[in-house]
Amino acid sequence: METKRDKTIFWGLVLIAAFSVLSLGAEAAAGATGQTLLMTVLKKGTVYALLAVSMNLLNGFTGLFSLGQAGFMLIGAYTYAILTIPVAKRAGVYQYYDGGIVQFSIPEAFSGVLGDLVGGVVGMVVTLVICGLLAAFFGWLIGLPVLRLKSDYLAIATLGFAEIIRTFIQYESFAPLTNGSNTLRQYPTFKHLYPYVIIVGLCILGIVLLVNSTYGRAFKAIRDDEIAAEAMGINLAKHKMLSFIISSFFAGLGGGLLAMYMSSVQAKGFTVAMTYEILLMVVIGGIGSISGSIIASYLFIGCSEWWLRFLDDPGNNPGNLKLLAPGFRMVVFSVFIMIVVLFFRRGLMGEKELPDLLRRKPRKAGKEAAGK
Amino acid sequence: MGQVLSTLLPGISVGGQYALIALGYTMVYGILRLINFAHGDIFTVAGFVMFYAVTAMPVQLAIPFTIAITVLLGFTVERLAYKPLRSAPRMSVMISAIGVSYLLQNLMWYITGGQPQQYPVIPWISDSISVFGAETKRVTVITPILTIVLILALVALIKKTRIGMAMRAASRDFETARLMGIKINSVISFTFIIGSFLAAVGSFLFFSNYSTVSPTVGTMPGLKAFVAAVFGGIGSIPGAVVGGFIIGICENIIRGLGYSTFSDAFTFALLIVVLFVKPTGLFGEKLEEKV
Amino acid sequence: MKKLFALLLTLAMVLSLAACGGNSGGGSSDGGSGASGAKVIKIGIYEPSSGANGAGGKKEVLGIEYANTQVSTVTIGGEEYSIELVPVDNQSENDKGVSAAQQLVSSGVAVVLGSYGSGVSMAAAPVFEEAKIAAIGCSCTNPGVTLGNPYYFRVCYLDPFQGSVLANLAKDEFGAETAYVFTELGDDYSVGLGEYFTQECDRLGIKVVADQNPQGNTDMSGFVNAAKSAGADVIFAPCSTTVASLLIDQAASAGIPLIAGDTWDDAVILQAASKSGADVYFSTFYDEGASDAAAAFMDGFKAWLNANSDKLSNNGGSDTVSAVSALGYDAYMVAVEAIKAADSADSDAIAQALSGVTYTGVTGDVVFDGEGDVDKNIIFIKGVDTEKGEFYSVKEQGLAQ
Repeated sequence: METKRDKTIFWGLVLIAAFSVLSLGAEAAAGATGQTLLMTVLKKGTVYALLAVSMNLLNGFTGLFSLGQAGFMLIGAYTYAILTIPVAKRAGVYQYYDGGIVQFSIPEAFSGVLGDLVGGVVGMVVTLVICGLLAAFFGWLIGLPVLRLKSDYLAIATLGFAEIIRTFIQYESFAPLTNGSNTLRQYPTFKHLYPYVIIVGLCILGIVLLVNSTYGRAFKAIRDDEIAAEAMGINLAKHKMLSFIISSFFAGLGGGLLAMYMSSVQAKGFTVAMTYEILLMVVIGGIGSISGSIIASYLFIGCSEWWLRFLDDPGNNPGNLKLLAPGFRMVVFSVFIMIVVLFFRRGLMGEKELPDLLRRKPRKAGKEAAGK
Repeated sequence: MGQVLSTLLPGISVGGQYALIALGYTMVYGILRLINFAHGDIFTVAGFVMFYAVTAMPVQLAIPFTIAITVLLGFTVERLAYKPLRSAPRMSVMISAIGVSYLLQNLMWYITGGQPQQYPVIPWISDSISVFGAETKRVTVITPILTIVLILALVALIKKTRIGMAMRAASRDFETARLMGIKINSVISFTFIIGSFLAAVGSFLFFSNYSTVSPTVGTMPGLKAFVAAVFGGIGSIPGAVVGGFIIGICENIIRGLGYSTFSDAFTFALLIVVLFVKPTGLFGEKLEEKV
Repeated sequence: MKKLFALLLTLAMVLSLAACGGNSGGGSSDGGSGASGAKVIKIGIYEPSSGANGAGGKKEVLGIEYANTQVSTVTIGGEEYSIELVPVDNQSENDKGVSAAQQLVSSGVAVVLGSYGSGVSMAAAPVFEEAKIAAIGCSCTNPGVTLGNPYYFRVCYLDPFQGSVLANLAKDEFGAETAYVFTELGDDYSVGLGEYFTQECDRLGIKVVADQNPQGNTDMSGFVNAAKSAGADVIFAPCSTTVASLLIDQAASAGIPLIAGDTWDDAVILQAASKSGADVYFSTFYDEGASDAAAAFMDGFKAWLNANSDKLSNNGGSDTVSAVSALGYDAYMVAVEAIKAADSADSDAIAQALSGVTYTGVTGDVVFDGEGDVDKNIIFIKGVDTEKGEFYSVKEQGLAQ
């Protein structure tokens, strides 16, 4: 452990290993007690942790207010689904388009060489990387014009691009490729929690290393004062683009994971509202704090999917009060969010990381503590 | 003639409705430099208030009641969610706007049970009429006229009255205006009140034409109205109006050509083109970004 | 320090909430003995009660609830189990549906009924399959719902059949030469039915002009104008009742008749069509005149609705019987038969037993084929009598295979 960087890598890997073991334990416990909702929250929370961190890299560390996340996730999710649906099932999925034009499946191709289990997993991971790369490519394409814009114009332009991407995917003429506006499904997914934890953990470790590198410092300098950063010799255009592309890469990869979690994917769901939710996670966790984003994702998913569910059940009403009804959960939740936005503007963590708070603990300790 | 008219009329009508919403965006942006993401939801709330109001009172009363509630809501949102963040970074205010939008949508979902509701029929303006052989509702014809009238009134207000002058000063230079003794908070509140009033009027027209109200129905018209505001030059009142009409008409032409899938995407594509070719929009003034 | 305090406060809040959540989850998942000491078996209801299909979903739930009042216990292994319904709301959205389905799985249901709408059913299918819980679709007509999934069954007919019947109706009744097909973008049911209708039109030599309504759009005038200028004799509009009421308004003023699928058997359509005087025809699953069982269901269901104002308001405020209520009733009865046949409360055993179940329901005979679909080859065509403001039966139509 020579340098700080080696130390980060070491502790990061240790943590990922520890949480993978923990997730096996959680799964066994959930299986024994029938609490499958716990697994839902943990899986979805893990995927959203990556999405929130990738958005934080752009919005929190580089100060580029982008609202295009849903578009890149959509690209990732569709890429994953299109490339992995088993050939035999394509006729059923692309039921109006004679099985579509893509007539291969990456995991199946790998299975042929490496055997079913290993090949399948390798194929899925490779596809996830392709998801990221494709999203990164579109990020570059969109970044070319968009990054010249300032704050709120950038926000609305990226939002616009996300909507345009959605429209094109739903366009009838591309249907043999994308199945039009219809659902894509029956692709292979990870059944267990630990693969999600490992993949997301590695991605976040990568982002942590990036943020602590010279690039990361340049990003923060741009966020704090563009003109000063430029005066210090930082190439604004290059670094903004880099941040945008990397964020898109992880958003695409996260989109692939999200597709896996949802086990069916449809462009209709990837609306602005999805981006807003991720943005709110970032805000709750603290803009500029990676551990904050991670904790906030689990809290957010936990609240919206699980803990607050009892608020939706009219049967829980005390006396004759008719307050609890479907939807009340989300009202309480959004009031809570508004309180954070208004009174705890710096979120749970501000710009601090968990190790800063708990001095003597190792880096990124308790990374997923909130979900457990 | 009938064919062309039956494509153009709905376009002009919806354009007028976009214009009314766009004014709310453009005035707020002009003063606060804030994209008020909640504006589309305030428009939707107006729709629901009307829906519930007619079950309790006659339509003649329900209309002013709806306007009053909407204006009150706009005022409250500004006081509770934007005013505390006056000195915060712009990003915080925008996030707060997104939070308000999220809250309003969830609230409407809760109250209505998430089910789309049939908007009440407002007598006279919902009647069917025939214009040069094209069958349409009276509201389609009224909208552009009413829009123009309201805008002329608004321009007069801004040009001739003291509060209008204060608004112009605040949008030119926020800090200096404050130093000159203008009560900046009341100017901002007044801006939100006018914006919400216009959104309420827009909602009567919009929902009389397309009679279903659901909690998320305002999102798209809201975003399109914002694009209209940018297209016309943000902060410019005639700009917002022209932008609204152009987007409404183009959208309907695209639908008429059978490319409905692209009608929303077109609006955003237009936005992006405008941002690159002429970032200040059609009528926008050149504003130097201050360091 | 202040920050740490805030963090601790939040954690405390979350933990207390977790405790609540845990309790409510734990209390319902043991599935053991009820208060009276009788054993309980749970049937999950996976239906929308909000969103675009909320109104229809509620009606389907009503049919299930009514069935539950008729048959509320089942004997397994010589012991009497009382049947508890566990409803969740899938909000008519595919992504929300997945979590709702997981919630059902988590609460330990033995079998699931639903949903109204094919998209949400397809989205949740893998969840039920993984948990080895059988799901019985009530009115999800897209072939993709059951295809390749041994745990999904359904009690209604399929869209390829419905689409071709409706295309034949367009030709026979209206002598249509051009049809305008209007579908909802991103709705599996709508796009699917539109596609099968179009296929049959191609075979019959009807020219088809098609367009899709983008999500959230409420301006229908453009579509009706396009239909008019294409010289369409009919508009085929398989869409949700929400969009339908907008469309009916516009189509009425253009004077083009409308044909639609099973979703339109709803009081909302009745109101919209009566108000505007539109010419509306649709296919449906159920007709009270079809059999004695069907007539008995209608009388019993109406009496039950009228006895309870909450139920009546869930039915849209009137006691008009929707076909989806009848399907919900049948799906529940089939589930009970399957539990009896399996003679077990185990979800997988029930799923295995389901494929062998035969049952004569109020919407016709239920016999599952290898895919879990039923072979129903009669469709009821109904129309709207705008004078009287009620539905009337046009005909029963089958297809010469």
